[in-house]
Amino acid sequence: MVQPLNLLKETPSQTAGPYVHIGLTANYAEIKGIYPEDIGAVMLTDKTKGERIKITGRVIDGAGTPLRDPVIEIWQADANGLYNSPEEKRGKADENFLGFGRCACDLETGVYSFETIKPGAVPFIDGRMMAPHITFWVVARGINLGLHTRMYFGDEEEANASDPMLSRIEQQVRMPTLIAERKGDTYHFDIHLQGDKETIFFDI
Amino acid sequence: MSDFENKPGVPENGAFFPRDLEMHPPAFYPDYKTSVLRSPKHARLSLNNTISEMTGPVFGHNMLGELDNDLIHNFAEAGQSAIGERIIVYGKVLDERGVGVPGALLEVWQANAGGRYRHKKEGYIAPLDPNFGGCGRVITDEQGNYRFRTVKPGPYPWPNRVNDWRPSHIHFSIFGHAFAQRLITQMYFEGDPLIWTCPIVATIPDKRDIERLVAPLDMANTIPMDARAYKFDIVLRGRRSTYFENRREGN
Repeated sequence: MVQPLNLLKETPSQTAGPYVHIGLTANYAEIKGIYPEDIGAVMLTDKTKGERIKITGRVIDGAGTPLRDPVIEIWQADANGLYNSPEEKRGKADENFLGFGRCACDLETGVYSFETIKPGAVPFIDGRMMAPHITFWVVARGINLGLHTRMYFGDEEEANASDPMLSRIEQQVRMPTLIAERKGDTYHFDIHLQGDKETIFFDI
Repeated sequence: MSDFENKPGVPENGAFFPRDLEMHPPAFYPDYKTSVLRSPKHARLSLNNTISEMTGPVFGHNMLGELDNDLIHNFAEAGQSAIGERIIVYGKVLDERGVGVPGALLEVWQANAGGRYRHKKEGYIAPLDPNFGGCGRVITDEQGNYRFRTVKPGPYPWPNRVNDWRPSHIHFSIFGHAFAQRLITQMYFEGDPLIWTCPIVATIPDKRDIERLVAPLDMANTIPMDARAYKFDIVLRGRRSTYFENRREGN
């Protein structure tokens, strides 16, 4: 026998199930009085720096039906491209912006929405700049392992064209599934779990 | 910088170990019927971590309320408590290197002792417990330890096949130090025969990995005349130290 590596294995994932709201958005699930507020429900204060934007959309299944039970989390840099995290070594992020959001899709319509700021660009591994983007994570009944994706901004064509991650996508025909369309101050970003318009999901 | 040794104090700030997708459930698992239309057909696009995945939000202990880790009392009327088997669930959050993860946020949710969830889309005939909400949260200490108190959830029936019943389980959501570690899973209870009939459990390919979700009864940590104890350790992705990589961002 060779020597053991002594590594543990990651705990296996399981679906979040249909009642994920009880644990992640208790107040939204009308379980009042335990937590003063749901974490990630409000991302901004008056002091947060940056351009105010809204992101909205739906999660759609392989039959074209919007899911009404997902919870979506987002993680993003501040307006200067700094993450509010101890792992951020390039500078101090906006102290009035956590960069984390969490939203349950509407139990009737399936629509989600975030009010946040447009993030600045952050560097790729080799130091080249990535285009502004927001990391998305989707969990729901029927999803066995949370799905990672990214939203890029439709009005950042030049930056998107030179983004090191987007350029790694072999099937460029699928790349538009990661680009949100701007209308006024709102970006529209639907996530397709399956089918012709299937969103690109990442193993990061 | 050219240090080969794996010595304490060397920052673990490289990429996370790749996720073993063979060990996790596949997206498409037809016996769990909802997965059929909610599973991507394309393969995931595998890419190295960037700073976007190697960072994550931090939730401080000051966020927590006094009863956040006490599901027996956090929704109960004054002087009341939830009905059911009183238990303590405790354990440690580790990374794949076996190092404790301090400051991890755990959020848990569950049904009550009769298997009924407090949720408007839930229609099971078992009644709600007026003194049980079903959610709690806790942040790990400096060694990665956590504990909370609750009642043991009952099994519940669900519309998959005609007569499917979930084993007793507690849902766990875990934030480690980076978004790449984000994980949701379920904890089961030692000895529950329903574990081996459940199509959601069976999405995990290897029985030995399923067993890692089964919490053993721990009579040593049971509080006499009060509550039994179950131990549930959780392993998040580990990461490399950066001995050789480009350090233009500094560390």
